[in-house]
Amino acid sequence: MTENEHSVGTGLSNNKLLMWVFLGSECLLFGGLISTYLIYRSRFADGPAPGDIFDIPFTSVSSFVLLMSSLTMVLALSALQRGDYRNNRLWLLTTALLGALFIGGQVYEFTTFLREGLGYTTSPFSSAFFTLTGFHGVHVSIGIVMLMSLYVSSMRGNLRRESAETVEIVGLYWHFVDVVWIFIFTVIYLVPSPTS
Amino acid sequence: MTNTDNEKIESPSDAEEEHEHPSDRKYIQIAIILGVITALEVATYFFEDMPGEILIPLLMVMMVIKFFYVAAWFMHLRFDSQVFTKFFVGGLVLATVVYVIALTMFEFWNKG
Repeated sequence: MTENEHSVGTGLSNNKLLMWVFLGSECLLFGGLISTYLIYRSRFADGPAPGDIFDIPFTSVSSFVLLMSSLTMVLALSALQRGDYRNNRLWLLTTALLGALFIGGQVYEFTTFLREGLGYTTSPFSSAFFTLTGFHGVHVSIGIVMLMSLYVSSMRGNLRRESAETVEIVGLYWHFVDVVWIFIFTVIYLVPSPTS
Repeated sequence: MTNTDNEKIESPSDAEEEHEHPSDRKYIQIAIILGVITALEVATYFFEDMPGEILIPLLMVMMVIKFFYVAAWFMHLRFDSQVFTKFFVGGLVLATVVYVIALTMFEFWNKG
């Protein structure tokens, strides 16, 4: 390097930095979707209103499940950093299962809504609701695929203590999905919604 | 540039502060706090007479506390480089601005 050249290195892990930049951009995606929902939540036309159809106790259980999956995710990382591969696999699998349980709950909720007459095109409210929660569900599903990839990698002996950063990066994505749900659960479900 | 400077630049671990992550016990404590706050949030649903002027700010405060705990402890922002925090908070601030602009615009259009 010559005298006139500048250092362009941040000294930070590029992969981790990339994930944080990605998560920053994801905030914009979900910010847009949540805004759209809030604008349209009172426009339910002749279809069911949000206040009539949401099952808060059921969604509360789903939210708790997703919240606890964040705990199992950090425990998986912690185990790998200690070189405890058995517990790392156990917590990775538990996190994926809790995620799958959450998705199962969402599928059940969507099916119930459809049966009660709330389809994707029923009203602006229903479109905004299904788009927002559907996008979140897709993110959880992608997270489950990443967790299972890590699990398989660990079973093959390829996930070692030295590659803990990979688990940390997947963990960042997983926690972000949890953080988004913290917003959705409060703003969409718990803040009193219009009724018909 | 001296040899020492080159070494500083090319060694990522120097700038990425070596940080100790919390213990498993601490993680479990955080999860318990999150669980309790979630239970309190859900409890507000059963207080149907609570006025919106109290309920909504209360829910927002609990939501922000939960967000803070997950981001700071589980996502390690508390221990990692501040650059990561800036990227994340930058995204959040932009998202909030988008929401405020969209809401303001729709409010004007509705009145228009």
